[in-house]
Amino acid sequence: MNNWEYSESIESEKIVNIEKKYGNFIDGKFVTPKSKQYIETISPSTEKILSSISIGNQQDVDYAVASAKEGLKKWSKTNPSERAKYLFKLARLIQERSREFAVLESLDGGKPIKESRDFDLPQVAQNFFYYAGWADKLDIAWGNEQYKPYGVVGQIIPWNFPLLMLSWKVAPALATGNTVVLKPAETTPLTALLFAELCEEVGLPDGVFNLVTGDGSTGSHLVNHKDIKKIAFTGSTGVGKYIQKSLAGRDVGLTLELGGKAANIVYSDAALDEAVEGVVNGIFFNQGHVCCAGSRLLVQEDIEEKFIKKLEKRMQTLNVGNPLDKNTDVGAINSKDQLDKIEKLVNEGVADGGDLFQIECELPKNGFWFKPSLFTSVQANYKIATEEIFGPVLTTLTFRTPEEAVEIANNTEYGLSAGIWTEKGSKILWTADRLEAGVIWANTFNKFDPASPFGGYKESGFGREGGRHGLLSYLKVSS
Amino acid sequence: MSSKTSLKNSVIDWSSTIDMIDNVRIDELGVKERTSSLATRSIKRDSKLEGLMKIVSMCDLTTLEGEDTEGKIAQMSSKAMTPDPSDADVPNAAAVCVYPSLVSTAKNIVRDSNVKVASVSSYFPSGQAPLESKIVDTQFAINEGADEIDIVINRKAFFEGDFRKVYDEIVSLKEICGDIHLKTILEVGELETYENIKKASLIALSAGSDFIKTSTGKISSGASREACLVMARAVREFADSGYGVKGIKVAGGIRDSKDAIRYLVIINEELGAEWLTPEYFRFGASSLLDDVLKQIKKLKTNSYQSSYYFPRG
Repeated sequence: MNNWEYSESIESEKIVNIEKKYGNFIDGKFVTPKSKQYIETISPSTEKILSSISIGNQQDVDYAVASAKEGLKKWSKTNPSERAKYLFKLARLIQERSREFAVLESLDGGKPIKESRDFDLPQVAQNFFYYAGWADKLDIAWGNEQYKPYGVVGQIIPWNFPLLMLSWKVAPALATGNTVVLKPAETTPLTALLFAELCEEVGLPDGVFNLVTGDGSTGSHLVNHKDIKKIAFTGSTGVGKYIQKSLAGRDVGLTLELGGKAANIVYSDAALDEAVEGVVNGIFFNQGHVCCAGSRLLVQEDIEEKFIKKLEKRMQTLNVGNPLDKNTDVGAINSKDQLDKIEKLVNEGVADGGDLFQIECELPKNGFWFKPSLFTSVQANYKIATEEIFGPVLTTLTFRTPEEAVEIANNTEYGLSAGIWTEKGSKILWTADRLEAGVIWANTFNKFDPASPFGGYKESGFGREGGRHGLLSYLKVSS
Repeated sequence: MSSKTSLKNSVIDWSSTIDMIDNVRIDELGVKERTSSLATRSIKRDSKLEGLMKIVSMCDLTTLEGEDTEGKIAQMSSKAMTPDPSDADVPNAAAVCVYPSLVSTAKNIVRDSNVKVASVSSYFPSGQAPLESKIVDTQFAINEGADEIDIVINRKAFFEGDFRKVYDEIVSLKEICGDIHLKTILEVGELETYENIKKASLIALSAGSDFIKTSTGKISSGASREACLVMARAVREFADSGYGVKGIKVAGGIRDSKDAIRYLVIINEELGAEWLTPEYFRFGASSLLDDVLKQIKKLKTNSYQSSYYFPRG
């Protein structure tokens, strides 16, 4: 019997217009970087060069921070309802140009177009709408306590959800009256640069939003700048610790959203077919480049065999390939570095004694790819059971009782998210009560809403983004 | 496919059936989410043409009206054999589906073709009659020459909690059918919940049905993609348990190609391409075929044609 193969259905690249070279966006306009140092940004699915971006140096960061400081004078006195108007305008423009943004995001970052189109972009717009709504209601958000903005805020965002993380950070910061210097990840700067164009288009006052592209050195200049009053960082726990050390002894606010090794707990009384879907979504969404990915499957021992069989069968139906194909489920790994890291950890997992299942599929010749993978026969002391892999690799552990499930789930340095799968409501509550994780999903996974705060426990960071609590990341008590 | 040794006439005993029913757990939101995610599959060009051709070959061309006459049935049967006389690539439909009294008319026309004659029976659509009457009804259709029998489950018994009765009735009717294909209609619009749909699916499959079918087409709520997904998973569970490979028929309210292709995608991704044959998947419809034929023409000639270019059914 022949398979019914879906013909290619490629989202056209023609809609995006990528410049050969980009400067920084400072003081309301694109400016030539002082550093004169550029790196290429490539498409991880083809290794084709897309554009060149600058590696911002100390002078570039100085300029951006100075511009933000100047912008603050006007922005902090801008009527809150006026601030809201700019954010609403941005939200609407993002919606209007969402196809362009989605294609750009998939090109630059490797994620499937169906995700950038159906998840990232709608969420991005919603975040701007949501925080636009708060801008003129800050005085009623916290009762009698009075809060004020930090001032100039430095924001450093990761490469897994480039524009979405921008929206999580920029929207609440601007709504609360701060001005921003943003540094996007060096592998995925293009959507942030397009966002800067939008800021110009809506006439956002000069200096309110500034963008300096670059790598870790640029981020470091930003963190160490004396005029920065707050740093918001999303990324690896290693870099998060470095930032926290750098800020020690300075009066600078900090929120960190770091790594995770979330447990997806499947009880034997779960709706198994739906749990399989949730587990697949939990780890293979965005190639597993998700800080809250359900990367540890905790399955009750009596259903392990049955569940794994279902899971492997389902995994085999995942379409891996061109991110711009509308039928692609799993796209490209974001960079060569990340691919190397995933491969190294997976090899260690095999050497440790884990059983590795990978789906049968053809991978494109160029670009960075990793087959959706599942480890079974894993012991809790294996590296693949404890370290964040940040790739399409799921590690299975088993448990006998709810107590044991909770113990294993919490037996990690991280605490960002968790999933619970059971048809029994009381068991959901019992388990959720005992899990140390910032976000807990029951009978679903990876659900987000701008109104719901997101953030971690333990080494997954601190501070909340989203919801009313997300405002507090950009406000401090008025003295 | 190793499991192709479809255990014909096999009936799974009641205690194994009860075990399966007791273990039915479905998360409604999960079902809806998966269904809508599958609906975003973009089926274009070659895969679309291939899909549309499959749909034609899976069509049970149906008329189940009081006003049906021998003339009407003759027309429809003829169309089932050659849906598009202008295009030799277009296959014949799988079957025509009629009331028992019109089976012989249909059979006389399709006799030398691959088109099967299916008849509804068992006091379709309500099933509100004693088993004896259902047996007579079914036996009559078989005597008239039906190749396939579409029965309805006893919803009265189902809602009264008498699952055993639902099962026993199907077992009795399957006994009469023997090798004749038995399709059992669950009437998902009445069952309403996904749990009910899955339970009824498992009962019907255990009782020896060759197919489970969504709807009669006689109530306002017909087939839904979610119900199809739940039924596909019941069929998968049944096959994975080593009980045999069974088919699914979706019927009631499927009118255009786009919708039909979405059903194909569900079967393709939940059950696998092995199920994408008339042997295991059918569409019961009256107006779907015309839209599919139009879309095939469109793909081949790049222009739409009016309905009057296609024969009436």
